[in-house]
Amino acid sequence: MFGLVVVPTPTWYLVLSAVLFSIGAVGVLVRRNPLVMFMCIELMLNAVNLTFVTVGRAMSDINGQAIVFFVMVVAAAEVVVGLGIIVSIMRRRSGVNVDDLTELKG
Amino acid sequence: MELFVFVCASVMVLVGALGVIFRKHPVHAALSLVLTLFGIAVLFVAQSAEFLAAVQVIVYAGAIVILFLFVIMLLGVDKAENLQIEPLTGQRWIAGVVGLGMVGLLTTAVVSGSDVLRLRGLGIASSVAGENADANIQQLANSIFSDYVFAFEVTSVLLVVAVVGTVLLARRRTGKGIA
Repeated sequence: MFGLVVVPTPTWYLVLSAVLFSIGAVGVLVRRNPLVMFMCIELMLNAVNLTFVTVGRAMSDINGQAIVFFVMVVAAAEVVVGLGIIVSIMRRRSGVNVDDLTELKG
Repeated sequence: MELFVFVCASVMVLVGALGVIFRKHPVHAALSLVLTLFGIAVLFVAQSAEFLAAVQVIVYAGAIVILFLFVIMLLGVDKAENLQIEPLTGQRWIAGVVGLGMVGLLTTAVVSGSDVLRLRGLGIASSVAGENADANIQQLANSIFSDYVFAFEVTSVLLVVAVVGTVLLARRRTGKGIA
């Protein structure tokens, strides 16, 4: 178009995933709804997946994608267990606020 | 072309991520999460990880978000929360500062370490460029089912444990039963 084609380098993808990870971390810090906090954890997991795929392509190594596959499987198991815990907590108390769940405090 | 795809997918990812943390309604947050997950899938395709993009759409955007929506409806918490109340004073400012600091630190680390990213592996087969349409899936399968076959088997144990544990956790207790 202008005689110059800008191709996004791996650094662009890595910076994007850093921003995504930080947004997820801030979400875990500011939100008090356990479900929304859980979604923010998913955001952070996806940022890490993007990093793995990017570095795998930059190093031309398929193992980055293999690790992402396992991360996805573990994330699915983690979501199932986490939502089971949230359901069983919410069943015995109304209100959705993690600040009220201080019974396990030492 | 890759620049165009990158910019569009980045906008999807960031708008969705900000929607997750700023939307008052949990259902809207879950739908914003879908936007982010699709953006990540587009970025996977742009980086010739076609199989992972398909798994991302099916597992994350399909199963996990549906699970979230299901739990939101099951618990009956599908009402907007009041985000004006700040439970701990000054928490949001500190969280914002921490987030900005994290962005700065991670960006610095990524930029200063970018010369480490040099070609080192055996090469990634792309399904688009090559004449073999299944190149990415075949290469990934060769890696998972040969190098990581033990981890793959352990994964199945993990899934069984997760399913049994969740059934035990979420079961309604029926008086005399122990669990």
